Amino acid sequence: MSNVGIVIVSHSPLVAEGTADMVRQMVGDEVPLAWCGGNGHGGLGTSVEAIMGAIEKAWSEAGVAILVDLGGAETNSEMAVEMIGEPRAQKIVVCNAPIVEGAVMAATEASGGASLKEVVATAHELSPS
Amino acid sequence: MAVFHLARLITAAADTIAAHAEELTALDQAIGDGDHGLNMKRGFEAVRAEAEAFSAKPLPEALKAIGTKLVMTVGGASGPLFGTLFMALGKEISAAPDRANLTAAFGKAIEAVAARGKSQVGQKTMLDVLQPVHDALADGKTGSEIANIADAAADATIPMKALRGRASFLGDRSIGHMDAGARSTALLVRTVAETIGESV
Repeated sequence: MSNVGIVIVSHSPLVAEGTADMVRQMVGDEVPLAWCGGNGHGGLGTSVEAIMGAIEKAWSEAGVAILVDLGGAETNSEMAVEMIGEPRAQKIVVCNAPIVEGAVMAATEASGGASLKEVVATAHELSPS
Repeated sequence: MAVFHLARLITAAADTIAAHAEELTALDQAIGDGDHGLNMKRGFEAVRAEAEAFSAKPLPEALKAIGTKLVMTVGGASGPLFGTLFMALGKEISAAPDRANLTAAFGKAIEAVAARGKSQVGQKTMLDVLQPVHDALADGKTGSEIANIADAAADATIPMKALRGRASFLGDRSIGHMDAGARSTALLVRTVAETIGESV
């Protein structure tokens, strides 16, 4: 698929899956979408390995925008992008936006064929700078 | 640096973390999300399980592999932070480091951790232990002096206000508690210092 992919990373698998449900309702299958949540051991948290897997699943040559919740999700997502490495890393952006609103807005923008830069800008507009 | 057995160092580090896992968790429960001890223990047990394989590698490769293992197994925000410390150290260190090389590599590793956590010294984090340890290395301090400096630096996070991480959500309420990451860093510094002795 040529549209930008969206990855949702929450400390809670329920929040991540619920956010993904909302995105699906908005954009259907127009956008590659993946989510992950939980520490991989049944508890709350985020896992670099799971984030790398979600990026693979939502991968698009147009790029991938990642939406995160609390700080550790951001740190782990940045680590995952670094471990995926170039050349793909430059097409992956961790967005500074609220996770639910950011994911829905970014996916809506992506479903219209917008570039990664445009998708990320749409998500960033939600965050007071 | 005199020859030392990396496997012995890994075992000592894993023993230390396991022995203090409950204490680290209690510190993290006070101002974080209460998983630091368990997370660190899981990560260092995973490293311990492959201690022989890591030890067979040249030191830079071994440190990078240990860092990657920690990233994948510790979880939480500590995984990338401690993982980055070891990975960056591996990138900069020589196969047989002297004090000057170790100090320089440690300095670069601290910069990498600061960039990863978007943090700096004075924000009640592991950096508040790492930086004084670096300065002590640069000043030619002995292993036991460095271990004491690390402990004092962890204690010095108690009156600080957290500006990064989950603890920062608490604002002023983070004051009066030791940072769990600073404590685990000090524990690891003491273990390394005591295991490799005065050989660097």
